[in-house]
Amino acid sequence: MRYVDEFRQAHLARGLAGAIAREADPERQYRLMEFCGGHTHAIFRHGIQDLMPENVHFLHGPGCPVCVLPMGRVDHAIQLVERHDVILCTYGDMLRVPGRGRGTLLKIKAEGGDVRMVYSTLDALRIARDNPRREVVFFAIGFETTAPATAVALSQARAEGLENFSVFCNHVLTPAAMRGLLASSSGPVSIDGFLGPAHVSAIIGSRPYEFVAREFRRPVVIAGFEPLDIMQSVFMLVRQLNAGRHEVENEYTRVVTREGNAKAQALVSEVFGVRHAFEWRGLGQVPRSALRIKEGYGAHDAERRFTVFSRGNPPDARGCECPSILRGVKKPTDCKLFGRGCSPDHPIGACMVSSEGACAAYWRYRRFRRPSVVAESPAVL
Amino acid sequence: MCLALPARVVTMDGNGMATVSLGGITKEISMILVENVEAGDFVLVHAGYALARISQEEARRTLSLMAEAGLSESGAL
Ligand code: SF4
Repeated sequence: MRYVDEFRQAHLARGLAGAIAREADPERQYRLMEFCGGHTHAIFRHGIQDLMPENVHFLHGPGCPVCVLPMGRVDHAIQLVERHDVILCTYGDMLRVPGRGRGTLLKIKAEGGDVRMVYSTLDALRIARDNPRREVVFFAIGFETTAPATAVALSQARAEGLENFSVFCNHVLTPAAMRGLLASSSGPVSIDGFLGPAHVSAIIGSRPYEFVAREFRRPVVIAGFEPLDIMQSVFMLVRQLNAGRHEVENEYTRVVTREGNAKAQALVSEVFGVRHAFEWRGLGQVPRSALRIKEGYGAHDAERRFTVFSRGNPPDARGCECPSILRGVKKPTDCKLFGRGCSPDHPIGACMVSSEGACAAYWRYRRFRRPSVVAESPAVL
Repeated sequence: MCLALPARVVTMDGNGMATVSLGGITKEISMILVENVEAGDFVLVHAGYALARISQEEARRTLSLMAEAGLSESGAL
Protein backbone atom coordinates (compact mmCIF):
# COMPACT_ATOMS: atom_id res chain seq x y z
CA MET A 1 0.00 0.00 0.00
CA ARG A 2 1.44 3.36 -1.01
CA TYR A 3 -1.64 5.43 -0.20
CA VAL A 4 -1.71 7.25 -3.54
CA ASP A 5 -2.38 4.99 -6.54
CA GLU A 6 -4.81 2.88 -4.55
CA PHE A 7 -6.99 5.96 -4.17
CA ARG A 8 -6.91 6.75 -7.87
CA GLN A 9 -8.10 3.44 -9.29
CA ALA A 10 -10.30 3.99 -12.30
CA HIS A 11 -12.61 1.04 -11.74
CA LEU A 12 -13.46 2.27 -8.25
CA ALA A 13 -14.00 5.79 -9.63
CA ARG A 14 -16.45 4.43 -12.19
CA GLY A 15 -18.27 2.51 -9.49
CA LEU A 16 -18.52 5.59 -7.29
CA ALA A 17 -19.63 7.79 -10.16
CA GLY A 18 -22.45 5.30 -10.77
CA ALA A 19 -23.33 5.19 -7.08
CA ILE A 20 -23.53 8.98 -6.87
CA ALA A 21 -25.65 9.17 -10.01
CA ARG A 22 -28.07 6.60 -8.59
CA GLU A 23 -28.18 8.24 -5.19
CA ALA A 24 -28.62 11.87 -6.31
CA ASP A 25 -32.27 12.83 -6.48
CA PRO A 26 -32.92 14.44 -9.89
CA GLU A 27 -35.54 16.66 -8.26
CA ARG A 28 -32.99 18.54 -6.19
CA GLN A 29 -29.70 20.40 -6.42
CA TYR A 30 -26.66 19.55 -4.30
CA ARG A 31 -24.39 22.52 -3.70
CA LEU A 32 -21.33 21.14 -1.95
CA MET A 33 -18.53 23.41 -0.86
CA GLU A 34 -15.04 22.00 -0.81
CA PHE A 35 -13.45 24.20 1.80
CA CYS A 36 -9.84 23.47 0.88
CA GLY A 37 -7.87 24.67 -2.08
CA GLY A 38 -6.27 21.22 -2.08
CA HIS A 39 -9.67 19.75 -2.90
CA THR A 40 -10.33 22.39 -5.55
CA HIS A 41 -7.04 21.53 -7.19
CA ALA A 42 -7.75 17.78 -7.11
CA ILE A 43 -11.29 18.22 -8.45
CA PHE A 44 -9.92 20.00 -11.50
CA ARG A 45 -6.82 17.96 -11.95
CA HIS A 46 -8.73 14.69 -12.00
CA GLY A 47 -11.79 15.99 -13.82
CA ILE A 48 -14.10 14.98 -10.99
CA GLN A 49 -16.80 17.48 -11.88
CA ASP A 50 -17.23 15.63 -15.16
CA LEU A 51 -17.99 12.44 -13.29
CA MET A 52 -20.80 14.05 -11.32
CA PRO A 53 -24.47 14.22 -12.29
CA GLU A 54 -25.65 17.63 -13.51
CA ASN A 55 -27.24 18.53 -10.20
CA VAL A 56 -24.14 17.99 -8.03
CA HIS A 57 -22.14 21.22 -7.92
CA PHE A 58 -18.85 22.05 -6.32
CA LEU A 59 -18.56 25.48 -4.74
CA HIS A 60 -14.95 26.43 -4.20
CA GLY A 61 -14.22 27.63 -0.69
CA PRO A 62 -11.74 29.97 0.96
CA GLY A 63 -9.28 27.26 2.01
CA CYS A 64 -6.29 28.69 0.22
CA PRO A 65 -4.08 30.55 2.73
CA VAL A 66 -2.31 32.55 0.05
CA CYS A 67 -5.63 33.61 -1.47
CA VAL A 68 -7.24 34.83 1.74
CA LEU A 69 -4.28 36.77 3.09
CA PRO A 70 -5.16 40.44 2.66
CA MET A 71 -2.78 42.60 0.70
CA GLY A 72 -1.84 44.70 3.72
CA ARG A 73 -0.04 41.72 5.21
CA VAL A 74 2.02 41.23 2.04
CA ASP A 75 2.90 44.92 2.25
CA HIS A 76 4.11 44.39 5.83
CA ALA A 77 6.38 41.60 4.71
CA ILE A 78 7.76 43.75 1.92
CA GLN A 79 8.45 46.54 4.42
CA LEU A 80 10.35 44.17 6.68
CA VAL A 81 12.78 43.63 3.83
CA GLU A 82 12.87 47.18 2.52
CA ARG A 83 12.99 49.16 5.76
CA HIS A 84 14.48 46.73 8.25
CA ASP A 85 16.82 44.87 5.96
CA VAL A 86 15.86 41.47 7.31
CA ILE A 87 16.37 38.10 5.67
CA LEU A 88 12.79 37.13 4.97
CA CYS A 89 12.11 33.41 4.70
CA THR A 90 8.84 32.05 3.40
CA TYR A 91 7.17 29.19 1.56
CA GLY A 92 7.34 29.43 -2.22
CA ASP A 93 3.64 30.17 -2.63
CA MET A 94 3.97 33.59 -1.03
CA LEU A 95 6.61 34.99 -3.35
CA ARG A 96 4.33 35.92 -6.21
CA VAL A 97 1.34 37.25 -4.30
CA PRO A 98 0.74 40.86 -5.27
CA GLY A 99 0.62 43.56 -2.60
CA ARG A 100 0.00 47.26 -3.11
CA GLY A 101 0.71 48.41 -6.65
CA ARG A 102 1.30 44.79 -7.71
CA GLY A 103 4.58 44.67 -5.78
CA THR A 104 5.61 41.14 -4.82
CA LEU A 105 8.33 39.58 -2.70
CA LEU A 106 9.80 38.16 -5.88
CA LYS A 107 10.19 41.67 -7.28
CA ILE A 108 11.81 42.85 -4.07
CA LYS A 109 14.19 39.93 -4.29
CA ALA A 110 15.05 40.78 -7.90
CA GLU A 111 15.85 44.29 -6.72
CA GLY A 112 18.33 42.93 -4.20
CA GLY A 113 16.14 42.27 -1.15
CA ASP A 114 17.14 39.19 0.82
CA VAL A 115 14.07 37.00 0.37
CA ARG A 116 14.56 33.26 0.62
CA MET A 117 12.22 30.48 -0.23
CA VAL A 118 12.25 27.69 2.33
CA TYR A 119 10.70 24.26 2.32
CA SER A 120 10.51 23.95 6.09
CA THR A 121 10.75 26.04 9.24
CA LEU A 122 13.83 23.92 9.96
CA ASP A 123 15.52 25.69 7.03
CA ALA A 124 14.56 29.10 8.42
CA LEU A 125 16.13 28.21 11.76
CA ARG A 126 19.29 27.09 10.00
CA ILE A 127 19.49 30.39 8.11
CA ALA A 128 19.19 32.26 11.43
CA ARG A 129 21.99 30.18 12.96
CA ASP A 130 24.19 30.76 9.93
CA ASN A 131 23.63 34.53 9.95
CA PRO A 132 23.95 35.59 13.59
CA ARG A 133 24.46 39.23 12.67
CA ARG A 134 21.34 39.46 10.53
CA GLU A 135 17.70 39.59 11.54
CA VAL A 136 15.89 36.58 10.11
CA VAL A 137 12.10 36.66 9.87
CA PHE A 138 9.94 33.71 8.92
CA PHE A 139 6.82 34.92 7.12
CA ALA A 140 4.41 32.27 8.42
CA ILE A 141 1.20 31.55 6.61
CA GLY A 142 -1.12 28.58 6.47
CA PHE A 143 -3.93 26.87 8.29
CA GLU A 144 -3.78 24.50 11.24
CA THR A 145 -1.78 22.04 9.13
CA THR A 146 1.15 24.41 8.94
CA ALA A 147 0.98 26.10 12.34
CA PRO A 148 2.62 23.25 14.31
CA ALA A 149 5.81 23.56 12.24
CA THR A 150 5.94 27.26 13.11
CA ALA A 151 5.29 26.46 16.78
CA VAL A 152 8.23 24.05 16.77
CA ALA A 153 10.47 26.73 15.26
CA LEU A 154 9.44 29.27 17.90
CA SER A 155 10.02 26.94 20.80
CA GLN A 156 13.31 25.81 19.32
CA ALA A 157 14.43 29.42 18.83
CA ARG A 158 13.60 30.27 22.42
CA ALA A 159 15.32 27.17 23.77
CA GLU A 160 18.47 27.90 21.76
CA GLY A 161 18.44 31.61 22.51
CA LEU A 162 18.38 32.32 18.79
CA GLU A 163 17.82 36.03 19.28
CA ASN A 164 17.92 37.04 15.65
CA PHE A 165 14.99 34.78 14.68
CA SER A 166 11.39 35.95 14.64
CA VAL A 167 8.10 35.01 13.06
CA PHE A 168 5.62 37.21 11.22
CA CYS A 169 2.54 35.21 12.10
CA ASN A 170 -0.36 34.92 9.66
CA HIS A 171 -1.74 31.54 10.63
CA VAL A 172 -5.49 31.32 10.20
CA LEU A 173 -8.15 28.99 11.56
CA THR A 174 -10.50 26.88 9.51
CA PRO A 175 -13.56 26.41 11.74
CA ALA A 176 -13.78 30.16 12.36
CA ALA A 177 -13.79 30.78 8.61
CA MET A 178 -16.56 28.24 8.12
CA ARG A 179 -18.59 30.03 10.74
CA GLY A 180 -17.85 33.33 9.01
CA LEU A 181 -19.07 31.91 5.70
CA LEU A 182 -22.22 30.39 7.12
CA ALA A 183 -23.09 33.36 9.25
CA SER A 184 -22.89 35.60 6.18
CA SER A 185 -24.40 33.16 3.76
CA SER A 186 -27.71 34.87 4.11
CA GLY A 187 -26.19 36.40 0.98
CA PRO A 188 -26.49 34.92 -2.48
CA VAL A 189 -24.59 31.71 -1.87
CA SER A 190 -26.28 28.73 -0.35
CA ILE A 191 -24.23 25.78 0.73
CA ASP A 192 -25.93 22.43 1.28
CA GLY A 193 -22.93 20.65 2.76
CA PHE A 194 -19.16 20.71 3.15
CA LEU A 195 -16.30 18.54 2.07
CA GLY A 196 -14.26 19.11 5.22
CA PRO A 197 -10.51 19.76 5.38
CA ALA A 198 -8.19 16.77 5.16
CA HIS A 199 -4.83 17.72 6.58
CA VAL A 200 -6.10 20.50 8.81
CA SER A 201 -8.22 17.81 10.43
CA ALA A 202 -5.21 15.54 10.84
CA ILE A 203 -4.11 18.13 13.40
CA ILE A 204 -7.33 19.45 14.96
CA GLY A 205 -9.52 16.37 14.49
CA SER A 206 -13.10 16.35 13.22
CA ARG A 207 -14.65 17.62 16.44
CA PRO A 208 -14.17 21.36 15.77
CA TYR A 209 -16.65 21.13 12.86
CA GLU A 210 -19.48 19.73 14.90
CA PHE A 211 -20.98 23.20 15.34
CA VAL A 212 -21.62 23.29 11.58
CA ALA A 213 -23.96 20.33 11.93
CA ARG A 214 -25.43 21.41 15.25
CA GLU A 215 -25.94 25.14 14.74
CA PHE A 216 -26.18 25.45 10.98
CA ARG A 217 -27.73 22.06 10.20
CA ARG A 218 -25.31 21.32 7.36
CA PRO A 219 -23.56 17.99 6.89
CA VAL A 220 -19.77 17.85 6.84
CA VAL A 221 -17.69 14.96 5.53
CA ILE A 222 -13.96 15.13 6.27
CA ALA A 223 -12.47 14.18 2.91
CA GLY A 224 -9.01 13.02 1.85
CA PHE A 225 -7.32 14.75 -1.10
CA GLU A 226 -7.16 11.81 -3.52
CA PRO A 227 -9.84 11.61 -6.22
CA LEU A 228 -11.56 8.54 -4.78
CA ASP A 229 -11.64 10.20 -1.36
CA ILE A 230 -13.45 13.16 -2.84
CA MET A 231 -15.94 10.98 -4.70
CA GLN A 232 -16.67 8.80 -1.69
CA SER A 233 -17.19 11.95 0.40
CA VAL A 234 -19.63 13.35 -2.16
CA PHE A 235 -21.49 10.05 -2.00
CA MET A 236 -21.65 10.32 1.81
CA LEU A 237 -22.86 13.93 1.63
CA VAL A 238 -25.57 13.11 -0.91
CA ARG A 239 -26.77 10.29 1.30
CA GLN A 240 -26.90 12.52 4.37
CA LEU A 241 -28.81 15.19 2.48
CA ASN A 242 -31.28 12.68 1.07
CA ALA A 243 -31.92 11.31 4.52
CA GLY A 244 -32.30 14.82 5.96
CA ARG A 245 -29.32 14.20 8.23
CA HIS A 246 -26.64 16.73 9.15
CA GLU A 247 -23.71 15.14 10.87
CA VAL A 248 -19.95 15.29 10.81
CA GLU A 249 -18.74 12.13 9.11
CA ASN A 250 -15.16 11.13 8.41
CA GLU A 251 -14.14 9.58 5.12
CA TYR A 252 -10.41 10.10 5.76
CA THR A 253 -10.14 7.71 8.68
CA ARG A 254 -6.67 6.51 7.69
CA VAL A 255 -5.36 9.85 8.96
CA VAL A 256 -8.07 11.76 10.83
CA THR A 257 -9.64 10.99 14.19
CA ARG A 258 -12.24 12.95 16.12
CA GLU A 259 -9.59 14.17 18.56
CA GLY A 260 -6.76 14.91 16.13
CA ASN A 261 -3.05 15.07 16.93
CA ALA A 262 -2.83 15.92 20.64
CA LYS A 263 0.93 16.41 20.61
CA ALA A 264 0.77 18.98 17.82
CA GLN A 265 -2.19 20.72 19.45
CA ALA A 266 -0.29 21.03 22.73
CA LEU A 267 2.71 22.58 20.98
CA VAL A 268 0.50 25.04 19.13
CA SER A 269 -1.33 26.18 22.25
CA GLU A 270 1.93 26.54 24.17
CA VAL A 271 3.16 29.09 21.65
CA PHE A 272 0.05 30.66 20.12
CA GLY A 273 -3.11 32.33 21.35
CA VAL A 274 -6.14 33.34 19.28
CA ARG A 275 -6.49 36.87 17.87
CA HIS A 276 -9.71 38.77 18.54
CA ALA A 277 -10.30 39.05 14.84
CA PHE A 278 -8.35 38.84 11.60
CA GLU A 279 -9.04 40.17 8.14
CA TRP A 280 -9.64 37.62 5.37
CA ARG A 281 -9.83 38.54 1.73
CA GLY A 282 -13.41 37.83 0.75
CA LEU A 283 -14.74 37.35 4.27
CA GLY A 284 -13.65 40.61 5.90
CA GLN A 285 -12.94 40.66 9.63
CA VAL A 286 -13.60 37.21 11.04
CA PRO A 287 -13.73 36.90 14.84
CA ARG A 288 -11.21 34.58 16.49
CA SER A 289 -9.96 33.34 13.15
CA ALA A 290 -6.18 33.60 13.44
CA LEU A 291 -3.27 32.86 15.73
CA ARG A 292 -1.00 35.32 17.51
CA ILE A 293 2.28 34.66 19.27
CA LYS A 294 1.97 34.52 23.07
CA GLU A 295 3.81 36.95 25.37
CA GLY A 296 6.31 34.32 26.46
CA TYR A 297 7.58 34.15 22.90
CA GLY A 298 7.22 37.88 22.29
CA ALA A 299 10.95 38.31 21.69
CA HIS A 300 10.48 36.20 18.58
CA ASP A 301 7.36 37.98 17.34
CA ALA A 302 8.18 40.12 14.29
CA GLU A 303 5.06 42.23 14.86
CA ARG A 304 6.38 43.29 18.28
CA ARG A 305 9.94 43.56 17.17
CA PHE A 306 9.66 45.73 14.08
CA THR A 307 7.50 48.74 13.54
CA VAL A 308 5.76 48.53 10.26
CA PHE A 309 3.80 51.21 8.84
CA SER A 310 0.21 50.26 8.32
CA ARG A 311 -1.73 51.86 5.55
CA GLY A 312 -4.54 49.40 5.98
CA ASN A 313 -5.54 47.01 3.30
CA PRO A 314 -5.45 48.43 -0.17
CA PRO A 315 -8.51 47.50 -2.22
CA ASP A 316 -8.17 44.49 -4.49
CA ALA A 317 -7.12 45.20 -8.05
CA ARG A 318 -9.92 46.71 -10.08
CA GLY A 319 -12.11 44.10 -11.65
CA CYS A 320 -10.59 41.23 -9.62
CA GLU A 321 -13.37 39.02 -8.29
CA CYS A 322 -11.25 37.08 -5.77
CA PRO A 323 -13.39 38.16 -2.80
CA SER A 324 -16.60 36.73 -4.27
CA ILE A 325 -14.82 33.67 -5.61
CA LEU A 326 -13.48 32.91 -2.14
CA ARG A 327 -17.02 32.89 -0.77
CA GLY A 328 -18.20 30.55 -3.50
CA VAL A 329 -20.50 33.25 -4.88
CA LYS A 330 -18.76 33.62 -8.23
CA LYS A 331 -16.72 31.42 -10.50
CA PRO A 332 -13.37 32.46 -11.99
CA THR A 333 -14.94 32.58 -15.44
CA ASP A 334 -17.26 35.32 -14.14
CA CYS A 335 -14.22 37.59 -13.86
CA LYS A 336 -13.63 39.81 -16.87
CA LEU A 337 -9.88 39.63 -16.32
CA PHE A 338 -9.73 35.82 -16.33
CA GLY A 339 -7.38 34.91 -19.15
CA ARG A 340 -7.50 38.53 -20.33
CA GLY A 341 -4.76 40.18 -18.37
CA CYS A 342 -4.78 37.69 -15.51
CA SER A 343 -3.06 34.32 -15.85
CA PRO A 344 -0.64 32.32 -13.69
CA ASP A 345 2.31 34.03 -15.40
CA HIS A 346 0.86 37.47 -14.73
CA PRO A 347 -1.46 37.10 -11.79
CA ILE A 348 -3.57 40.08 -10.84
CA GLY A 349 -5.25 38.51 -7.84
CA ALA A 350 -4.06 35.97 -5.30
CA CYS A 351 -6.53 33.32 -6.53
CA MET A 352 -4.44 33.04 -9.68
CA VAL A 353 -1.13 32.69 -7.84
CA SER A 354 -1.41 29.60 -5.72
CA SER A 355 -2.06 26.29 -7.46
CA GLU A 356 -4.81 25.89 -4.86
CA GLY A 357 -6.55 29.05 -5.96
CA ALA A 358 -9.75 28.52 -7.91
CA CYS A 359 -8.63 30.80 -10.75
CA ALA A 360 -5.34 28.96 -11.20
CA ALA A 361 -7.12 25.60 -11.15
CA TYR A 362 -9.62 26.74 -13.80
CA TRP A 363 -6.87 28.14 -15.93
CA ARG A 364 -4.64 25.14 -15.70
CA TYR A 365 -7.12 22.33 -16.16
CA ARG A 366 -10.35 23.60 -17.57
CA ARG A 367 -9.05 24.48 -20.98
CA PHE A 368 -7.76 20.96 -21.43
CA ARG A 369 -10.88 19.40 -20.10
CA ARG A 370 -11.91 16.16 -21.73
CA PRO A 371 -15.32 14.59 -21.48
CA SER A 372 -14.27 11.58 -19.46
CA VAL A 373 -10.92 11.15 -17.85
CA VAL A 374 -11.72 7.71 -16.57
CA ALA A 375 -12.63 6.22 -19.92
CA GLU A 376 -9.33 7.32 -21.40
CA SER A 377 -6.97 6.09 -18.77
CA PRO A 378 -8.04 2.70 -17.56
CA ALA A 379 -5.25 2.13 -15.03
CA VAL A 380 -5.35 5.21 -12.85
CA LEU A 381 -7.11 8.52 -13.08
CA MET B 1 -0.24 24.83 1.08
CA CYS B 2 -1.84 21.99 3.02
CA LEU B 3 -0.25 19.50 0.67
CA ALA B 4 1.14 16.54 2.59
CA LEU B 5 2.50 13.35 1.08
CA PRO B 6 2.56 9.78 2.33
CA ALA B 7 6.09 8.55 2.98
CA ARG B 8 7.54 5.36 4.41
CA VAL B 9 9.77 5.65 7.47
CA VAL B 10 13.09 4.02 6.63
CA THR B 11 14.97 4.65 9.87
CA MET B 12 14.32 6.52 13.06
CA ASP B 13 17.46 8.61 13.46
CA GLY B 14 17.10 9.77 17.04
CA ASN B 15 17.01 13.42 18.01
CA GLY B 16 13.41 13.58 16.78
CA MET B 17 14.45 13.04 13.16
CA ALA B 18 13.79 10.21 10.73
CA THR B 19 14.76 9.22 7.21
CA VAL B 20 11.74 8.64 5.01
CA SER B 21 11.28 7.45 1.47
CA LEU B 22 9.01 9.62 -0.63
CA GLY B 23 8.35 7.82 -3.89
CA GLY B 24 11.96 6.61 -4.04
CA ILE B 25 13.58 9.83 -2.83
CA THR B 26 14.95 9.75 0.70
CA LYS B 27 14.54 12.72 2.94
CA GLU B 28 15.34 13.69 6.50
CA ILE B 29 12.24 14.92 8.33
CA SER B 30 11.23 15.86 11.86
CA MET B 31 9.15 13.41 13.89
CA ILE B 32 8.57 15.84 16.74
CA LEU B 33 4.84 16.18 16.02
CA VAL B 34 4.00 12.46 16.09
CA GLU B 35 4.10 9.60 18.57
CA ASN B 36 4.37 5.83 18.35
CA VAL B 37 5.85 5.70 14.87
CA GLU B 38 8.28 2.96 13.89
CA ALA B 39 10.45 2.18 10.88
CA GLY B 40 8.23 0.67 8.19
CA ASP B 41 5.21 2.82 9.09
CA PHE B 42 3.80 5.34 6.66
CA VAL B 43 3.46 8.95 7.77
CA LEU B 44 2.02 12.05 6.18
CA VAL B 45 4.80 14.58 5.51
CA HIS B 46 4.20 18.32 5.36
CA ALA B 47 6.90 20.98 5.10
CA GLY B 48 9.57 18.78 6.63
CA TYR B 49 7.47 17.36 9.48
CA ALA B 50 5.51 14.15 9.91
CA LEU B 51 1.94 15.17 10.81
CA ALA B 52 0.30 11.81 11.37
CA ARG B 53 0.77 8.10 11.07
CA ILE B 54 -1.31 6.57 8.28
CA SER B 55 -3.36 3.59 9.33
CA GLN B 56 -3.16 0.73 6.88
CA GLU B 57 -6.14 -0.96 8.45
CA GLU B 58 -8.31 2.14 7.98
CA ALA B 59 -7.06 2.62 4.43
CA ARG B 60 -8.16 -0.90 3.54
CA ARG B 61 -11.50 -0.35 5.19
CA THR B 62 -12.07 2.86 3.20
CA LEU B 63 -11.14 1.12 -0.06
CA SER B 64 -13.62 -1.64 0.61
CA LEU B 65 -16.33 0.92 1.45
CA MET B 66 -15.62 2.53 -1.91
CA ALA B 67 -15.85 -0.79 -3.71
CA GLU B 68 -19.05 -1.58 -1.88
CA ALA B 69 -20.64 1.76 -2.79
CA GLY B 70 -19.80 1.09 -6.43
CA LEU B 71 -21.54 -2.25 -6.31
CA SER B 72 -24.65 -1.00 -4.54
CA GLU B 73 -27.64 -1.76 -6.68
CA SER B 74 -25.76 -2.32 -9.93
CA GLY B 75 -25.89 -5.99 -8.91
CA ALA B 76 -29.61 -5.92 -8.21
CA LEU B 77 -31.75 -7.32 -11.06
S1 SF4 C 1 -9.00 35.85 -12.77
FE1 SF4 C 1 -7.42 37.12 -11.78
S2 SF4 C 1 -8.34 39.11 -11.56
FE2 SF4 C 1 -10.00 37.67 -11.95
S3 SF4 C 1 -10.69 37.01 -9.91
FE3 SF4 C 1 -9.15 35.54 -10.56
S4 SF4 C 1 -7.28 36.34 -9.69
FE4 SF4 C 1 -8.73 38.04 -9.62
